Amino acid sequence: MLAAFFALARAGFRRHSTYRQATAAAAFTNTVFGFLKCYLLLAVLGAATTVGGYSADQLATFVWVGQGLLGVVLLWGWNELAQRVRSGDVTADLLRPVGPLWAFLAGDLGRAGHAAVTRLVVPLAVGATFFDLYAPEQLATYLLATISTVLAVVVSFATRYLVNLTAFWLLDIRGVTTAWTIAGNVLTGLTVPIPFFPGWAQALLWATPFPSMFQAPLDILVERGHAAPLLAGQAAWVVVLLVACHLVERRAVRRLVVQGG
Amino acid sequence: MASAYWQLLKAQLRSQTEYRASFALDLLFNGLITAIDVVALLVLFRVNPGLGGFTLAEALLIAGLAGLAFALADLAVGNVERMPTYIRTGLFDTVLLRPLGALPQLVVGDLALRRVGRVIQGSAVLAIALRLVDIEWTPARVALLVIAPIAGAVIFGSIFVIGATLTFWLVEAGEVASAFTYGGQLFTSYPTTVFAGWFRGVFGYALGLGFVAYLPALALLGRADPLGLPAWLRWSSPLVAVAWALGARYVWRAGVRHYGSTGS
Repeated sequence: MLAAFFALARAGFRRHSTYRQATAAAAFTNTVFGFLKCYLLLAVLGAATTVGGYSADQLATFVWVGQGLLGVVLLWGWNELAQRVRSGDVTADLLRPVGPLWAFLAGDLGRAGHAAVTRLVVPLAVGATFFDLYAPEQLATYLLATISTVLAVVVSFATRYLVNLTAFWLLDIRGVTTAWTIAGNVLTGLTVPIPFFPGWAQALLWATPFPSMFQAPLDILVERGHAAPLLAGQAAWVVVLLVACHLVERRAVRRLVVQGG
Repeated sequence: MASAYWQLLKAQLRSQTEYRASFALDLLFNGLITAIDVVALLVLFRVNPGLGGFTLAEALLIAGLAGLAFALADLAVGNVERMPTYIRTGLFDTVLLRPLGALPQLVVGDLALRRVGRVIQGSAVLAIALRLVDIEWTPARVALLVIAPIAGAVIFGSIFVIGATLTFWLVEAGEVASAFTYGGQLFTSYPTTVFAGWFRGVFGYALGLGFVAYLPALALLGRADPLGLPAWLRWSSPLVAVAWALGARYVWRAGVRHYGSTGS
């Protein structure tokens, strides 16, 4: 079972390493947006020394690592399961010894691994060339940030999987995907860091899984606040969301009618 | 000829409004997507009320002009983003075989009516901003208010077309265009003073994106450019738009000539 999981993850890594042009194009676009966002947030800082608890170098690091991270956690655009539900191919997935939830999770972790060595590295290198970035003071921060990133990938995957599961009922999930894209942009800390929002909005946002996908690993990396509560929150969301995926999938599969032929 | 385009357009509009509830939802979501940008602007101005040396009302005027320009371009030619699909599937061959222009066919045959939601949203922001700022209205300024979003739409539309043309050479690299279309949208929605260094030079002046909203807004407000550009340049967005349109026409023609089909 574990061997199969790792084999699937490796396959996910290899599969994405074949899309070289697309990876380069995405890294380029993320980098251009890095410049836009970095200048914008530094202008918000203005003459002040900190804003929202970030100094200039912490803010720049938040932006540049964030631009790489968004490819790793994959905030947008995954509808593979939904397409397989529509086409009926999902029946083949259900017949395999590893259930679709775990198989897709393994593949997604492999994809994230590939993104970490390609799409994360490019914006980070460019950002470090043109801006002062923040180096964590504690050595442990690197390890904690890595763990947090893996948890962020799983949280992101699980919510994407839930969105895709709605295809069993809706068939066309475009509306749900659009709503999710909006949420992924504004609720995760991608558009504006969450500490910039008014207090009540921050409390509301942290009660959702969205900050766990993006804001949490970045805050841990730039050592803004304590890592422990952020990691605990992420771990809790991983458990809750994977259980939800499992339960919803069980109900969904019972609805499945495949037109034979 | 014109009636053929009209028929294509009518067929599109009919098919897209066939499912009313679905269409209404699409329209709403498309408005919401751009509303996020306004929320972001409000949040940033809450943290720093003098962002880039402008007041919130002035920044909203810039964001409104940029938002409307982008929404118009997105409505008219935003669907050329589907170009890679046309090329990969060989559908573009069909387009070229018909006795109509290739680009107008793509524009008319794929027009996404739901993007009207963004035009409405952009116009609303502009209307609110116009109520909040003090403008000494002159005939020239009224004309500029009408022309600026159109000129901006031509600039964005040209960028969309050039971006789509790139995929004639690099089929998988369509996302590069997003850096300049959606990246350009982000750049134009804020005062150019927010950005700095060579990056501001490239986006603001070399690509001419400062002419979409920032410079026209300065002309409407009667403010000199804090970055020291000559005053008459604030009125020259249409010239930049013409230059972009000519460039897009040239690149598009080169792309179509280069196109060799996927074969098979």
